[in-house]
Amino acid sequence: MSGFLSWIEQRIPMMRVANMHAIQYPAPRNMNMWYAFGFLATIVLVNQIVTGIWLTMNFEPSAERAFASVEYIMREVDYGWLIRYMHSTGASAFFVVVYLHMFRGMMYGSYQKPRELLWVFGMLIYLALMAEAFMGYVLPWGQMSYWGAQVIVSLFSAIPVIGPDLVEWIQGDYVISGATLNRFFALHVIALPLVIVILVFLHIVALHEVGSNNPDGVAIKHKKGSLPESEKTKWQIHEYYTSKYDIADDVVPFFPHIVLKDLVAFAVFLFAFCYILFFAPEMDGKFLEHPNFEIANPLKTPEHIFPVWYFTPFYAILKAVPDKLGGVLTMFAAIGFLFALPWFDRSNVRSWRYRSGLHKVNLLVFAAVFVFLGYLGGTPQENWKITASQICTVMYFGFFILLFIYSKNEKTKPVPERIPR
Amino acid sequence: MSEVSVDAKESSQNPSNPSSEGRRKFLTVATSVVGAVGVAGAAVPFIASWQPSARAKAAGADVEVDISGLQEGQLIRVMWRSKPVWVVKRTPEILAELSKVEDKLKDPNSQAEQQPAYASNQYRSIKEDILVLVGICTHLGCSPQFLAEGAFTEYEEGVENGFFCPCHGSKFDMAGRVFKNVPAGLNLVVPPYNFIDDNTILIGSDAEVA
Repeated sequence: MSGFLSWIEQRIPMMRVANMHAIQYPAPRNMNMWYAFGFLATIVLVNQIVTGIWLTMNFEPSAERAFASVEYIMREVDYGWLIRYMHSTGASAFFVVVYLHMFRGMMYGSYQKPRELLWVFGMLIYLALMAEAFMGYVLPWGQMSYWGAQVIVSLFSAIPVIGPDLVEWIQGDYVISGATLNRFFALHVIALPLVIVILVFLHIVALHEVGSNNPDGVAIKHKKGSLPESEKTKWQIHEYYTSKYDIADDVVPFFPHIVLKDLVAFAVFLFAFCYILFFAPEMDGKFLEHPNFEIANPLKTPEHIFPVWYFTPFYAILKAVPDKLGGVLTMFAAIGFLFALPWFDRSNVRSWRYRSGLHKVNLLVFAAVFVFLGYLGGTPQENWKITASQICTVMYFGFFILLFIYSKNEKTKPVPERIPR
Repeated sequence: MSEVSVDAKESSQNPSNPSSEGRRKFLTVATSVVGAVGVAGAAVPFIASWQPSARAKAAGADVEVDISGLQEGQLIRVMWRSKPVWVVKRTPEILAELSKVEDKLKDPNSQAEQQPAYASNQYRSIKEDILVLVGICTHLGCSPQFLAEGAFTEYEEGVENGFFCPCHGSKFDMAGRVFKNVPAGLNLVVPPYNFIDDNTILIGSDAEVA
């Protein structure tokens, strides 16, 4: 057996990679449950790919057949309903874990130097995921598929000069039509999943190069020769890391320690996921909106058009600005500011555990504003909501501006040299 | 080309160093430029294939309507992008009625952008008498009926001509403006159109700016 394994190892470095990135990978020992969401996101990605492949076996991407083929999957294909609901619930679950994953990064300063690119790759995944989810929602060709696509695609018409031509180019027709559905299908099942998988790979490559952050934001890698032998970790850590740094006695190998902890989180996640999957797959019109159970009708606009819940914060920002182009620009700026977070934060202290009360309040207010924007963008329009959206939009951007101002000379607590016991 | 000759001269002067730096740099840049042009060229079919296909273009093409035979008070229907478009020649009596009904309308001055700028007037048309409308109710997409010469009074007292939607009872005047107290909220849509000559309308595009 070992002869066979070494025969393989001499031809492809299976064990070397497994050791470097899992069995002998140094993970901070104080990683808490907030660190499980990256793992969960990977699990959900696998779920989306597997269920997605099975759905394409029966789905027909044409304006004439798409809606009927989804009904066929739901009613006549064995376990088709289960696979379809796993896919649709998985889409919402993806955003739940990704939003929590991002909030974790913000709490513990995981975007700060040297992890800026890691954050940027994460944001690129988030962006690709939004495009993937939007196009996926168009495929069942229900009323909300059609009118949601109408609203989103027409955003591009706000671009001066080229806008109207660009919209025609995206649609492949003068209106949203079967041509649009077909190309969204191609992008949804091939192009964007490939992009997402590649980005996830790069996200992990970047993570393993700089190392995982932790709730205290304390470095686990120290300058070579700076730690006495007694303070170095007793675990066997891969030479790739120990040859460049002294690894403090603050780490555990990623496998099995962190993986087992992540599996506990996975079990809890499965309870919630399966409950929704079996008892509330539509989530009262939040995961699958009611008008989408009616076939797309270009002549009949639904009374209220909302995007799915995970887009609603940005939709509220879009609607808060009275000017169309201004609204589109503000919405994209909201995502752009998140991209630039590592450069807005000028503090050297990562974790909010050691940062000022002002920072904690600022971050919590930001999270609350984001959730409230989601509510405002996902419920029928009322006059007070426009004002509220405008206030929240200012507060959303205010988070970044304030952070930039106070983080330069922020009053922080002393950060320990080593992870506290 | 001049660089090649310079390089050639250099290498001939210096036969011991045939791989001069300048020559390498030139070849690298030239290969990159040719490669980039190749990539750009290869990208063209992929980007262009996203344009509306010939079939979509044919289905969405502008429609020419000959109105030389259109009588006063007559409505003709043409299909444009799979929607019915009405062309009506309004009589002076009908035009006079437009001012009379205005207090019964939701949006008499066409504030909502349901028409191109050149049709944003009382008549909602380029020429006073010729009305061009998309014949689809702004409520739920049914196609209203044209009721003329007193037939409309049954639905709106004192108004002789108008459009009545049989599905949910929405009513529109002879400029496609919606009446109050009906389910439809917006005036009927005026499509982009222009006059090629006095007797020919092109539905689908605005007049070309000279």
